[in-house]
Amino acid sequence: MTIMIDVRGVEKSFTLHNQGGASFSVLEAVQLQVVAGECVVLHGQSGAGKSTLLKALYANYAVSSGSIVLRDGEQRVDITTALPRRILALRERTVGYVSQFLRVIPRIPTLQVVMQPLLDLGVDEAVCEDKAKDLLSRLNVPERLWSLSPSTFSGGEQQRVNIARGFIVDYPILLLDEPTASLDAANRQVVVQLINEAKARGAAVVGIFHDEDVREAVADRLVDIRAI
Amino acid sequence: MSNTAQTWQDIEPLLSVQQLSKFYAPGKGCGDVSFDLYPGEVLGIVGESGSGKSTLLNSLSARLAPDAGKVIYRSEQFGELDLYAGEESLRRQLMRSEWGIVHQHAADGLRMNVSAGANIGERLMAVGERHYGDIRARAEQWLQAVEIDSNRIDDKPTQFSGGMQQRLQIARNLVTHPRLIFMDEPTGGLDVSVQARLLDLLRTLVAQLGLSVIIVTHDLAVARLLAHRLMVMRRGEVVESGLTDQVLDDPQHPYTQLLVSSILQN
Repeated sequence: MTIMIDVRGVEKSFTLHNQGGASFSVLEAVQLQVVAGECVVLHGQSGAGKSTLLKALYANYAVSSGSIVLRDGEQRVDITTALPRRILALRERTVGYVSQFLRVIPRIPTLQVVMQPLLDLGVDEAVCEDKAKDLLSRLNVPERLWSLSPSTFSGGEQQRVNIARGFIVDYPILLLDEPTASLDAANRQVVVQLINEAKARGAAVVGIFHDEDVREAVADRLVDIRAI
Repeated sequence: MSNTAQTWQDIEPLLSVQQLSKFYAPGKGCGDVSFDLYPGEVLGIVGESGSGKSTLLNSLSARLAPDAGKVIYRSEQFGELDLYAGEESLRRQLMRSEWGIVHQHAADGLRMNVSAGANIGERLMAVGERHYGDIRARAEQWLQAVEIDSNRIDDKPTQFSGGMQQRLQIARNLVTHPRLIFMDEPTGGLDVSVQARLLDLLRTLVAQLGLSVIIVTHDLAVARLLAHRLMVMRRGEVVESGLTDQVLDDPQHPYTQLLVSSILQN
């Protein structure tokens, strides 16, 4: 079994220099291995550090110590020490991150927003467009919205556009930060299908899900992140 | 950026900056700055007014000789160059061809009393283009690329709005297909709606042309949208650097934390 994510001895603390230097430790001695085709769901109460760990796996947060090794084809990259451009290369084709929030860029139409990550890989435009349309349809984003910028969409519509964008590339590693929060049952079910399809093609998935039905449907294993 | 797992490690930096210092007075200027810039990379330099950002940019772009340190540039035409060890004429040559500079004030980067077409054509002529028809055709093409109606080609920049002037400045720079662009607060002083359009245009052009960019801005939203990585400057020193979203979402240095926490949320 191919280990896609290998987390060893990760610690993370935050120091708020402008609030009296308050310092608090969020992660301590975290160990986690995730293999291809497996979905690990991070479990624990609010504030336990689930999101912090997920962000560290995307190198969005810097860890205080320990190593996070991601598999990139035949290479293994420790993202806690890799150069920024190496991490950006990983994010382009190897590791995807989907949150419930879309970072809207003004003026860009929805279809383009969704297609862009795949276009950036040099994939033929028609292929990207078909895949984007398919994802938007499955996620019940009405076709009349595709040519508009998502900046004026409702929160739920933006969230589904963001999910479509997150699933347009077949990333070998997928990080999901509550992508189903506040979606209705039908759309939650679509996301469950997307996750299961990603697992079936061999993706290693790490996610945070508060809905129990989603968790049941996708998780191979729950990992407890305990509040410290 | 067009990094792939196969090729990313074999590429040499376009620009290598080694312990560059330039001080006007203690704390005024920039000190001991080192970094590499790779092809296709966009580096943002952020920090408040007076932190040394513009001094650094001027020193990097061969417009202000440093007190100490080196800037090595790998030129397409001239090979590896130690910028300040070489002739002034060489630096001028680079600025006309392989480099572009987008100034905060369009009037510093444009000739305000000649037509838009001539502003673009001038750069082409500086690299040896002579055919009038070709030059005019290329100028029209670039006006369209920066979303200026090509029937404005004979108008002077003084007849343009601030946002259009800024876009014309970009067209003037890009017409010679530079590899490295320096930008100093390119969206400063523009209305928010005009800013969004310019940013979107810049982002698209940078990605399409695979440009390397060093952009100075005090606007962290601009930095987030355009830059792959950031250097945070304070009182002439780089206090923090790294991947853009890591620096902005998990700032380590007290000054960066202050900068980030000072942004109004909407």
